[in-house]
Amino acid sequence: MKSRKLSIPYIVWMLVFTMIPLVMIMITAFTDSSGGFSLEPFKAAFGYTNIFLKSLWIALASTGICLLLGYPLAYIITRLRPSTQRTVIMLMMIPMWMNFLLRIYAWVLLLQHNGPLDLALSLLGIHGSYSNNTAAVIVGMVYEYLPFMLLPIYTVMGKIDPGLIEAAQDLGSNGFQVFRRVIFPLSIPGIISGITMVFVPSASTFVVAQYLGGTDDIMIGDVIDKIFLTNNHIGAAISLILMIFIFVFLVLMNLFGDEEAIA
Amino acid sequence: MKKILCIILGALMLCSCAAMFSGCGDGVGSAGEVNVYNWGEYISAGEYDLMDVIAEFEKETKIKVNYTTYETNEDLYNMLKNSNVSYDVVVPSDYMISKLINEGMLLELDFNNIPNVQYIDERFKKLPCDPDGKYSVCYNWGVTALVYDKTKVKNTPTGWNALWDESLKGDILMFNNSRDAMAIAMQLCGIDPSNFTKEDVDTAAAKLAEQKPLLKKYVMDQVFTEMETGQSAIAPYYAGDIAMMMEENEDLDYCLPEEGSNLFYDAFCIPTCSKNKANAEAFINFMHKPEVAAANCSYLRYGTPNTKAVDYLDDEIKNSELTFPSDDYIKKCYVFANVSDDVYSYMQEKFIKIQAE
Repeated sequence: MKSRKLSIPYIVWMLVFTMIPLVMIMITAFTDSSGGFSLEPFKAAFGYTNIFLKSLWIALASTGICLLLGYPLAYIITRLRPSTQRTVIMLMMIPMWMNFLLRIYAWVLLLQHNGPLDLALSLLGIHGSYSNNTAAVIVGMVYEYLPFMLLPIYTVMGKIDPGLIEAAQDLGSNGFQVFRRVIFPLSIPGIISGITMVFVPSASTFVVAQYLGGTDDIMIGDVIDKIFLTNNHIGAAISLILMIFIFVFLVLMNLFGDEEAIA
Repeated sequence: MKKILCIILGALMLCSCAAMFSGCGDGVGSAGEVNVYNWGEYISAGEYDLMDVIAEFEKETKIKVNYTTYETNEDLYNMLKNSNVSYDVVVPSDYMISKLINEGMLLELDFNNIPNVQYIDERFKKLPCDPDGKYSVCYNWGVTALVYDKTKVKNTPTGWNALWDESLKGDILMFNNSRDAMAIAMQLCGIDPSNFTKEDVDTAAAKLAEQKPLLKKYVMDQVFTEMETGQSAIAPYYAGDIAMMMEENEDLDYCLPEEGSNLFYDAFCIPTCSKNKANAEAFINFMHKPEVAAANCSYLRYGTPNTKAVDYLDDEIKNSELTFPSDDYIKKCYVFANVSDDVYSYMQEKFIKIQAE
């Protein structure tokens, strides 16, 4: 009884700030400017299918690269002395103390023509501009979301009982077999929550593509931002479709791992 | 040790709170408050040795200013329409003023409380968007123009078609805002941007699609870094801002397009949600004190309609064609019309789709 009383504020919070806005978005998406029921907003929303696909593609690519970079890094960190581990994790977190826009803006300067990267590569005789394309957008996203991949994997890996590893070694496993049979399977929950925490925000992000991308790079988040200036109904419809996409993704992830890992 | 630290920190916090309250002791707020909702970076705030306008107003009138900002006219509109906030002074642009008037969202001003309107040039008093001049007091005006890098552009630009110049491929920037971008395309297609239909939007969109392969990027605020650091060759932007960019990079030059360009006004208005109308009028009046208007003009480099303020300006600003384009040029310019929601929404979608394809 007591625990139920304690949960009341949270229930009220969810009702006011999650459920009611969600219902409002649904109502807006299924009506037109005259206020009557209409499927026009969805018809218009499907005009942006290619941007949906592009955003999902960019999000998947960023998630994949984050995993490729984050997983070995997490593994390496868990092998270090505890005090060194704390320092390294701290160093990974420090950039996140800075404003998100500033960090993206820093990448614009790093990648631009005559920027540090260009100057360094021009010593080798390679000249060019490295921003204003899709690759730059992905670089920005990876930088932005890497800690969200690293931390859950690191946490899960750190909790693996060293006894299990020793047991595997005693039973004759070599280093690779220990990793494949013991460490990897036990770290799957971390991988799944890492993927979720990177994919979901990167699919719906905005501004990054505007800063780092070229003329073609517009993501669904930017479209929602712009459409809401003139037409709330289409904006709501696109938001709803995006939510469904993400929901389907989460369900798929759910099939792979145990439910507790889902953030 | 920790306890002592806690006590010291606690004491410090108390002191700073006390300091805050005593800071109010000079009477700011004793005459009520005024909620001002303005464009971002659209007032002189004490940089470059210019006046800190808001602090000055608070000192003079003892009215506390709650100052917040927005990025687009549409943000302003959505805020006024859909939320329960109360603003006393807002600064919409021309087409948005007519929309707000049409929808009955503005209060009539009491000009007895705004004696400084006497300094305002007659031609800015009854703007086409507010033909009776009852709802608005012009703050700034300006035009759109081209800024280009002399070291990169060989053919000196004369008109908007310089933004379609094949030889500058990959170095051209374009407005990331449907109204301004479409208007430029419309001018080149011989359509009047102050009065257009959906078919005209289609024509303009086709023209913009033709330009897209030549572009580096669609930008708004990023244009400053792009041009100031010599990253790009040419861009359209607001003339006052071009004057600022040219101060940062001497390779830059400007061009007022021969076709004419968009003439815009931003004006002070009081929305119906206002709760401090008299204070709002005091604020508007203060903003048109000649020295205040001059400080804002020196900071923003947009034209001020205040004829008396011009006397306070440096010659360089006073004679700048970017801040005060000539009457002959203004005759060639057009003002955005308040097109129907339907057409505007269509235009916005078309513009996004150009980027999507």
